[in-house]
Amino acid sequence: MKEFAYSRATGVEEAVSLLAGGSEARFLGGGTNLVDLMKSGVEAPDLLVDVRGLPLGGVEVTADGGLVIGATTTNSDLAVHPEVRRRFPALSQAVLAGASGQLRNVATVGGNLLQRTRCGYFADTSRPCNKRVPGSGCPAIEGEHHNHAILGWSDHCVATNPSDMGVALAAFDAVVSYETVDGPGELPLAEFYPAVGDTPHVETALPAGALITAVTLPAAPVAARSRYRKVRERASYAFATGSLAAALDVRDGVVHEVRIAFGAVASRPWRARAAELSLTGAPATAESFAAAADAELAAAKPLAHNGYKIPLLRNLVVSVLTELAEEAAR
Amino acid sequence: MPPTTRSDISLRVNGETHVLTVDNRTTLLDALRENLGLTGTKKGCDHGQCGACTVLADGRRAVSCLQLAVAAEGSDITTIEGIADGEDLHPVQEAFLELDGYQCGYCTPGQICSAVAVIKEHAAGWPSAATADVRPDAEPVPLDAAEIRERMSGNLCRCGAYTAIVRAVARASDETKVTA
Repeated sequence: MKEFAYSRATGVEEAVSLLAGGSEARFLGGGTNLVDLMKSGVEAPDLLVDVRGLPLGGVEVTADGGLVIGATTTNSDLAVHPEVRRRFPALSQAVLAGASGQLRNVATVGGNLLQRTRCGYFADTSRPCNKRVPGSGCPAIEGEHHNHAILGWSDHCVATNPSDMGVALAAFDAVVSYETVDGPGELPLAEFYPAVGDTPHVETALPAGALITAVTLPAAPVAARSRYRKVRERASYAFATGSLAAALDVRDGVVHEVRIAFGAVASRPWRARAAELSLTGAPATAESFAAAADAELAAAKPLAHNGYKIPLLRNLVVSVLTELAEEAAR
Repeated sequence: MPPTTRSDISLRVNGETHVLTVDNRTTLLDALRENLGLTGTKKGCDHGQCGACTVLADGRRAVSCLQLAVAAEGSDITTIEGIADGEDLHPVQEAFLELDGYQCGYCTPGQICSAVAVIKEHAAGWPSAATADVRPDAEPVPLDAAEIRERMSGNLCRCGAYTAIVRAVARASDETKVTA
């Protein structure tokens, strides 16, 4: 690991100005991803600005019934918060489905949004990777890619975003707030992760040196009946091969409102807007749910070894929405 | 003057404060083992994937291999050496001994620290990924085998002593309730 200086920020302004002074400076939250990547040489900062002690933790209910989640809130504190479990149960389930208890106790919400892909080529500094070394190539396209993207990838990168939390945040129209030396700003999650294109190393639309301060979820009564389901290669403590966050409001047998987002299929949490459009106003039946999944997955371009994700996601959509519809009918 | 890459820190471990100078690259795990001689905490994968290095930080379980020592200053750290009450073993330690919750023993300190926290988290009403209904007004779930397996999934045991580990955590959880 390269040597680095360490500074503990006492305020948000101080934190962003400290980072602005360092050429290869990084904010340190829980460190569960960053410190690991520093050990393997993928990240080599010369300064860590520790932001975990900043007064940015906690979950608050807004006047209209949404939530403001502070950036340094730990995954555990988010997942177990009664108002998260009541108003956005799929978000609680998504966070609980990720990592382990030891990691969730330390990892932060801001850090989760910025975590890096688990593509094996990205993590291996002896191999090319366009994300790590722009222009060096992508061995995954012809190589080991059984858990890589089926949607939104480019010839430059087929890596996926590994977050579970982000999938639920995408379904619920999260907005990311940040601070820079030039003042604060906001990005809807839908604009937070840019398309891969020919710049897979540009992973967020955040301005340089920006510190995420909070994530806001607008009020969404539909989210009170929501679910996150994750498929993985072992029963627990593994990244998804496919996952789904969904919320459903059925009235008189017809879909009044639906939210669907996919995980482990693209470089970003994938909001399934074509599926939502197909389903809104349709009868709440397994046939409609399957047709909605097909509407979204029509755009999928599987690689040689990950075509299984298409039926996997389709089955997830049908089974989870069927369960939510049955619950609503009770 | 270039910024320093070393730090003078004080670490509070098992109720004692230790003053030391560390290279900023030093993990909490390495500081515990190499600087403080507390070798009960084990290094397994060193990448946060196996749980052998689990300690309690301010009462919450955490892997010490991904925590920098310099960032741990100000936390109250409990290692396996601080779990017992003097000569009186913690109920989790007793249960692991009585029910053979280990074979080689290398993962055991991490398993025990994790289990101590799992029992507390469950008692505090925390749901898990095995909990069918996470809503706060749902019936509290018992700490059954499925819940224990899910909650302990961050602690790997290459000997495969899982069956006995699950029994030991269940036993300790029951005993903690009786004595509470």
